[in-house]
Amino acid sequence: MSGQWRMAGDLIMDVSIDETSPRQGMRAEWSRIAAIVWKDLTMERRAKANFNSVAFLAALILLMFAFAIGPDAETLRTAAGGVIWLTVLFSGVLSFNRAYEQELEGGSLDMLVLYPGDRRAIYVGKLIANLTFLLLVEVILLVVAGVLYDLPLLGIALPLSLVVFLGTVGFVALGTFYAAMASRLRAREVLLPLLLFPMLIPLLIASVEATNDLLSGSAMGNVGGWMRLLLVFDVIFVAASVMAFEYVIED
Amino acid sequence: MDAATAKTVGDIIGLAGLVLLVPVGWAATRRRMLAPLGVFVFLFVVASQATGLLISPPERGMGDLQKIMYVHVPSAWAFMIAFFIVFVASILYLWRRQVHHDRLAAAAAEAGAVLTALALAQGMIWGKPTWGVWWTPDPRIAFTTVVLMIFAGYIALRAFTDDEDRRARWSAAVGIVGALNVPVVYMSVRWWRTLHQPQSTPSTVDPAYIIGLRLNAFAFLFLLLFLVALRYRAMMADRKADAILEDRALKEDVAHV
Amino acid sequence: MTSGLDLRGIAHRFGRRWVLRGIDARIEPGQVIALTGRNGSGKTTLLRICGTLLRPSRGTGTVFGIDLVKEPGSVRELVGMLAHDAGLYGNLTARENLEFSLRMAGRTPDATAIAGALERVGLKREASDRVSGFSAGMRRRLALARLLLRPPALLLLDEPYASFDVDGIDLVNGFTAGIARAGGIVLVATHDLPRVRPVMDRELRIEGGRFVQAGLEASEPDRFVGAVEEDAGR
Repeated sequence: MSGQWRMAGDLIMDVSIDETSPRQGMRAEWSRIAAIVWKDLTMERRAKANFNSVAFLAALILLMFAFAIGPDAETLRTAAGGVIWLTVLFSGVLSFNRAYEQELEGGSLDMLVLYPGDRRAIYVGKLIANLTFLLLVEVILLVVAGVLYDLPLLGIALPLSLVVFLGTVGFVALGTFYAAMASRLRAREVLLPLLLFPMLIPLLIASVEATNDLLSGSAMGNVGGWMRLLLVFDVIFVAASVMAFEYVIED
Repeated sequence: MDAATAKTVGDIIGLAGLVLLVPVGWAATRRRMLAPLGVFVFLFVVASQATGLLISPPERGMGDLQKIMYVHVPSAWAFMIAFFIVFVASILYLWRRQVHHDRLAAAAAEAGAVLTALALAQGMIWGKPTWGVWWTPDPRIAFTTVVLMIFAGYIALRAFTDDEDRRARWSAAVGIVGALNVPVVYMSVRWWRTLHQPQSTPSTVDPAYIIGLRLNAFAFLFLLLFLVALRYRAMMADRKADAILEDRALKEDVAHV
Repeated sequence: MTSGLDLRGIAHRFGRRWVLRGIDARIEPGQVIALTGRNGSGKTTLLRICGTLLRPSRGTGTVFGIDLVKEPGSVRELVGMLAHDAGLYGNLTARENLEFSLRMAGRTPDATAIAGALERVGLKREASDRVSGFSAGMRRRLALARLLLRPPALLLLDEPYASFDVDGIDLVNGFTAGIARAGGIVLVATHDLPRVRPVMDRELRIEGGRFVQAGLEASEPDRFVGAVEEDAGR
């Protein structure tokens, strides 16, 4: 087949088809997960606008709540646990869709699901990236809340960060899962909280109760109970989302 | 009626209901039996409600208000069963990828949402004279509210997803995750507010109420099965019509854009 | 590699509209196939089905003996795609995009191979620049470099000549011919038949959701059917 239409031979590239099988097993999956985490966080770091605006919005919501609740310092302190967690929920829900939108923009989601290997790595990678992002927002948020609501944060720093961590893991696990669907639908801004928030009510109750118990310094026994509930919630929903993700990302 | 007789009658009703579940369940799976089943369920619900209202004495504290229990409690049981159907059908769908499992889950979610809304409305009507407020974070009312919202999310997701295959997969995933959350929600709200009354199950209620509750529990179970069957049939008929249109479109050689 | 790409009765619908109505084809290893057809004729859909990005509504196929519907995970190891959107990350540099791609494919990034691929597509100097500043053509070149690093057995090109200059077109065709010579299969969906003619073996034209008049040799010199058909199809 070398008619006059054929390409000049020297332009044909020397290609050998890649038949090496990809690395397999848990370690290979973890390196894929690490690649996604690195990619998402690097992009986040370079597009500083995202983090800054979410963190600023969180601080703003805290301030608005302070005005809404009223000038009494004691009332503010009692409401602090609920306010902090609602602020976390609102700032989180803003960032989850974005994690997929950046994949949808340039058609990179197609490329992402086209790679051989376990697609659950995509979920776990995005989960870790979102978790890191939100934990950093929460550091700022807690400091601002400490100032605005006059909270004794330093004394309870360790148990409080444990509560915040446990609460955030469950939140991000479900948020990353639902956003994989919502980000690809019309009305995604409304749909994500609509699907997500009812699911988070046990988490909200446990986190707020534990935070309030810590802030008021009373009945330390309860905090352990709520943290166990958070742990159970985290285990159930990280596991369930990891298993169900394959079906959500399929096309 | 003394407590012993009431208990015996209650046991008989329980047994009879379980036996009756067999033909009702069978009828729910047969297209031709749908209309007779509807008539039967309607009569059964009316009769059970009437029995509940007529034979039970007014409750000491709440008076006739208590009788709302005959709708509230059975519909709460029924929506739990509906959620269980969603859970099982969703798992079956993801496993076998057969359209009818998807439609069964959707039908159960819709019927479940109706019963949940009913349970919640009754709870609120009961709550107003009892606690002086329409809504209060009482464990059962809070639980019912959250379950209603989870059902609503499931239905909303289906409404917003156009592609049939994708809708089936996504809603199955959401159905499973949502159903897993039901016991967690239940535990957490109970733990949160344990200061209210214990649940009204037959074991903690005056024996005179057992008969009405048992009867209505089965009435609402049958109602649920009928509603699920009805919606399931409707959706499968839709699917069938679509399939015929799809086939026809496939056979036509000219592409209609 | 005995059997290449086998498509059996592939049909796909979006809603109630059947885009593909029964695609049958048997493509031997080492062939370059031009997929042609009007806008909306289902070229991209067929490519996406071959790449397991879509599950066909009906029918199935095998890629080098592996079933598209039953074992999509194994098919993905053989497939490479140049889609309409390049699928790159704007906030990463060219080199980082390639490294990420290799890591995701379960390979260890090799700096010399990456530098080589970038040089090949003419992006050596832009290796450390962020992709957000790239032109459409540069993005396509980078997407091509990604394929060069992991030459697939089944290469799917969707309008590969768009936004490429003459050099770029030679690159695409050179790579395409190379894959075919190495025993792979290339499907090129394009409106631009003259561009693909130097490397193609067969044209498969999709009309009304099916292949029409398949199997003409590219080497027939007097064949300008592409243009003629385009008119006849209307």
